[in-house]
Amino acid sequence: MSDLPNVPQTRRQLLMRIGAAAGSVAMYQAMTRLGHAAGTDFRGPPALTGTRKGSTVLVLGAGLAGMLAAYELRKAGYTVRILEYQNRSGGRNFTLRGGDTLAELGGAVQHVQFARGNYINPGPWRIPYHHQAILHYCKQFGVALEPFIEVNHNSLLHSSTTFGGVPQRYRDYMSDFTGYTAELLGKAIRQDKLDQPIGPDEKRDLLAAMHGWGLLDKNGNYVSSVSASFRRGFDKPLGGGPDGAPIPSKPLPRSDIMKSGLWEWLSFNMNYEMQTTMFQPVGGMDMIGKGFAKQVGDLVTHNVKVTKIHQDAGGVTVSFEDMGKNNAVSEAKADWCVCTIPLSVLSQIDIQVNPAMKAAIGAVPYASSVKVGLEFKRRFWEQDEQIYGGISFTDQPISQISYPSTGYFSDGRSVLLGGYMFGNAAYAFAGMTPEERVQAALDQGSKLHKQYRDEFLNGVGVAWSRMPWTLGCCGTWNEESRRTHYKALTEIDNRIVLAGEHASYVGCWQEGALLSSLSAITRLHQRAIGAA
Amino acid sequence: MRFLLPVLAASVLAGTMLPSRDARADAAANVAGGPITSHDGATLYRQLCQGCHMANAKGAVGAATIPALAGNPKLASGGYPVYVILNGYGAMPWFSGTLDDAQIAALVNYVRTNFGNHYTDGVKPEDVAAVRTPTPEMEK
Repeated sequence: MSDLPNVPQTRRQLLMRIGAAAGSVAMYQAMTRLGHAAGTDFRGPPALTGTRKGSTVLVLGAGLAGMLAAYELRKAGYTVRILEYQNRSGGRNFTLRGGDTLAELGGAVQHVQFARGNYINPGPWRIPYHHQAILHYCKQFGVALEPFIEVNHNSLLHSSTTFGGVPQRYRDYMSDFTGYTAELLGKAIRQDKLDQPIGPDEKRDLLAAMHGWGLLDKNGNYVSSVSASFRRGFDKPLGGGPDGAPIPSKPLPRSDIMKSGLWEWLSFNMNYEMQTTMFQPVGGMDMIGKGFAKQVGDLVTHNVKVTKIHQDAGGVTVSFEDMGKNNAVSEAKADWCVCTIPLSVLSQIDIQVNPAMKAAIGAVPYASSVKVGLEFKRRFWEQDEQIYGGISFTDQPISQISYPSTGYFSDGRSVLLGGYMFGNAAYAFAGMTPEERVQAALDQGSKLHKQYRDEFLNGVGVAWSRMPWTLGCCGTWNEESRRTHYKALTEIDNRIVLAGEHASYVGCWQEGALLSSLSAITRLHQRAIGAA
Repeated sequence: MRFLLPVLAASVLAGTMLPSRDARADAAANVAGGPITSHDGATLYRQLCQGCHMANAKGAVGAATIPALAGNPKLASGGYPVYVILNGYGAMPWFSGTLDDAQIAALVNYVRTNFGNHYTDGVKPEDVAAVRTPTPEMEK
């Protein structure tokens, strides 16, 4: 290689060259491909310097976006105050435990009866490994994380209309879907029935791949075999002693495998937002909200309802009602405002911004979502079925059952997520009473686990469209609204900037809330010091 | 951009068990539950509307307001609820991809003749068809 002076010798040299020639974006992209960097758009905490003495900021909303803005802006030298509608900080980052009370619009109140240590996370509940902003701040604020099990090959896939309605093991379905697909493709290749010519080398390579990937026999068929059973499991498992020999399992009928549509869930778990490794905070998702609140809790005024956000050349004036004091009206003033109020609420507030931003605020509908937590007497999914964490999927409205990713093998009561739905299923569940939600989740879940009725103790059903402080789960952008409104929503209007998951491309994730917040405060700071 | 479920699925599998879907972020959900098939106004209201507007159609007030449909003067014209159901409004999503013309007419007629509303000028599926615009395309 020494006679080729232009060829970089090391990866570092190559990166330096790309950086010099094409700038940091190209270098970042190249690094990502080479495996050095990855993930979301997080490039580390912002370095905000040169703050003018005495500058003030009002932050509206004490969710993650608001608390991060407050944390970084105070660190940069601003005087910050946060106004929050609820009597707690954390926003959609929250956890329900025994003893908690949940009031919803319409008047229903639920008293959570879970045993000590059990919980559900009604909102965010898992963190992809590449969501580096939230992982960064978890580390910085001392929030302990543990693995969240997304994929469990021993969980269940359930179609009401195929396999006689009997749930199938994820690994069985995965093995058979792969095996049959490989078999059919292999036959087409051997018979030269592909609609494009392939050379003899590629034909050989493809056939080898189909055999190895699909676990086909020497004739290219996907049949009951020892090798296929090492993927889908044995009818009689491998044992010891004289009777230790296994009996291979038999594939499910091909027509049912294809007709069931259960491949949808295999595909879902392939999405990069669901890929391993995923994380959750130890003890409940609200450990993150609490970690943030530990940093900025002293800045928060709770229990106030913002009614008006006005601005002029001198600053921002926010009017609010103090719900703890008979809705007494007060005003707060600051030089700048970071508004993280969800658009479902902000669209009804008198906010003085330019017409394009105003239109954008009203152009983003909010998704409805429902989660149901069910507490059982024991971990029958572990004890009877060897399901340790992960998710079973069903075509019933509950959509999925997620088993706890922690506390394995423990005795006593345990809570699983007995339903998590969006779309039509969520509209229907939100329209039920909390008791009806729990009963419906039990009825549907019983199709996957016959132990449900005997082991059930209590449950809670959370409908996001009825949460008084957000009236929905998260923003729903479409191609057209993103094109028309996103820029206007996210650009600073004089002294006001919006932040939150709705002002990001990582919608409905905590990462989106943080990235949006970092972008907003970085730009606001540049404007405040006169650099932009 | 986040959305998980390939467009392919909807076209290839039209007519099988899989409904149309507009999957959300961190949700697997929208395969589940199936499409809305009822043409009964009361059933549609229960399945789609009362999760927000409440069983008594009186809406609710929290940090913001979910409008009441009971006694709401905006229902005086049947065209208004037709427009809002088709296109959404503020935090309310559009339902043009969920409901056909006859379903929307049945739903609007149900709401305008219940909950203390007594409007006699019914909406017809043709009225819905006349103002229907293409359903927004979700981000992939």
